[in-house]
Amino acid sequence: MSGSKTTTRITIVVMVILAILPPVFLWTGNAFYLDLATRLVILAIAAVSLNLILGYGGLVSFGHAAYIGIGAFAVGIPVYHETYGGFDAVASYGGAFHILLAVGISALFALVTGAICLRTKGVYFIMITMAFGQMAYYFFLSIEEYGGDDGLVIDIRSELPRVSLDDPLQLYAIAYVSLVIAMILVRTIVNSRFGMVLQGAKGNNERLVTLGFNTYLYRLAAYVISGAMCGFAGALLGNFTTFISPEMMGWGRSGELMFMVILGGAGTTLGPVLGSATFILLEEVLSSITVFWHLPFGLMLIGVVLFVRGGLMGLFKGKGD
Amino acid sequence: MDYTLLFIQTLNGVQLGLLLFLVASGLTLVFGILDFVNLAHGSIYMLGAFICASLTFMTGNFLLAVLIALPITGLVGYLIERFVARNLYDRDHLDHVLATFGLILVLDTSAHLIWGPEGIAVPLPAWLDGRVTLFGDVVVPTYRLLIIGTGLAIAAGLFWLVNYTRLGMLIRAGASNRTMVSALGVDIQTLFALVFALGAMMAGLAGMLISPITEASISMGGEIIITAFVVIIVGGIGSMKGAFVAAIVIGLIDTLGRSFLDDLFKLFMSSDAAETSAPAVSAMLIYIIMAVILALRPQGLFPPKVR
Repeated sequence: MSGSKTTTRITIVVMVILAILPPVFLWTGNAFYLDLATRLVILAIAAVSLNLILGYGGLVSFGHAAYIGIGAFAVGIPVYHETYGGFDAVASYGGAFHILLAVGISALFALVTGAICLRTKGVYFIMITMAFGQMAYYFFLSIEEYGGDDGLVIDIRSELPRVSLDDPLQLYAIAYVSLVIAMILVRTIVNSRFGMVLQGAKGNNERLVTLGFNTYLYRLAAYVISGAMCGFAGALLGNFTTFISPEMMGWGRSGELMFMVILGGAGTTLGPVLGSATFILLEEVLSSITVFWHLPFGLMLIGVVLFVRGGLMGLFKGKGD
Repeated sequence: MDYTLLFIQTLNGVQLGLLLFLVASGLTLVFGILDFVNLAHGSIYMLGAFICASLTFMTGNFLLAVLIALPITGLVGYLIERFVARNLYDRDHLDHVLATFGLILVLDTSAHLIWGPEGIAVPLPAWLDGRVTLFGDVVVPTYRLLIIGTGLAIAAGLFWLVNYTRLGMLIRAGASNRTMVSALGVDIQTLFALVFALGAMMAGLAGMLISPITEASISMGGEIIITAFVVIIVGGIGSMKGAFVAAIVIGLIDTLGRSFLDDLFKLFMSSDAAETSAPAVSAMLIYIIMAVILALRPQGLFPPKVR
């Protein structure tokens, strides 16, 4: 359904470019661009996770950045306690434990907040997800032990068997493979019976309910999967930046994630990746020209919403379909 | 417990509530009638504060500055309706959110360009800058009483406008059935623009009123808009009465929570635990309350009857 020949071909081309170009940057002495690509790929994972509920499920979550923050703190807090003592239950440098914590807490947060949010619909849903995101933001902001406003420096990256996240190329490889797995996972979910119900409920919820599906539970499951995936992206981001602050989970960040999905094309496999790539590159180019880069950026955002329907992937449609 | 402090904080809570109402009423009006989600509403609040600050320095008179700044913020609202919102009424809420999110970036960066990154403190005229003794040893700043008085007056005026005037009748009719009102020969386009401008003026007024206390700053819009959303969600989106009740309740809970929650916690936990947990809980308090209310009543406290 979402796999016309043209879009499949473009997807493969883009993913091959993402696999080859960043290492080439490193070997030709442009380590900065590898950094840029790493951030891009990690944010793309977050955007892919958001696309599952936003693009296919029609659930406009405006608090998705919270999971990035939860995932990052799931790395930062255990490392902090292992280094400086206290809170022995979580103190650890182990990468597997960090990821388990990031994914587990994110899933739990998504389960609890999702159970409440999904009782509402439309604009209520948008706003209540945003409010829960802010709640997580203020929670981390008010804990002074973890830096509060100033943020927390991660002294040591997660320790994984056989690979070292301190090596930029290995970190990139892990992020890239994670992105590919995330895309395949979402695609598999979407094409499964579960995904069909999710998409059906987006189109006409009453019809699905009448057919006997408990769409609330389907949506909640998708919401939890999406949150857990985004938490994983957060753990990667924490390891990449080695600095985390509540600012990374503010509502502005959630808005940016939404924009990535819409810009690239919601409800497509490659859309979120294209969207985050365009976003990161634009941010990089514009902010190097002027400190007031948010002005042209904001105008562009308005322009995209007003004039570009279906995002970047929408531009490719109509040729192959 | 210190009752003088309690009284003063209650007054502060009411003041915050009334400012929240000024911002939230515009949001809820625009949503109720136009079905339009305007995230950039907080930026108009911020612009109101900055425009008022500039005019205060230009004219040397705070009240005159407010009077001149009001129509300007109304004009900003009108322009936003004309060039962005009007093109989006037929789209879904997601597009509203994204476009007005872009608008926030544009307006906030413009403010940064015009007024610089620093906040601007707004001086009050001498007769407003004093304090009044209410009773006993309760002393409150005159200006805070003025804010409360103005807020109550505007709220009353708004209720009168919506419930007892021809314009209000059209607004309520438009909220129930847009197409019908339009078919009856009402210029719905102008009505929408008017509502948008009215909402912008009230948000701008809230920004102007708070600017002598906190100073005008770029981040103030983003800070209030989320709380204003909590208010209209709790109150029931589109309901003026709900916005008023929820604004006062949220204002009180937020203010009192920040000053008394640690005392309350000390009643049933150790002093240390109370000291550490109270700030975290008080910062999240309004969101917790919103979650509880929505879990029980997904449509808010006073959902409008026709939607």
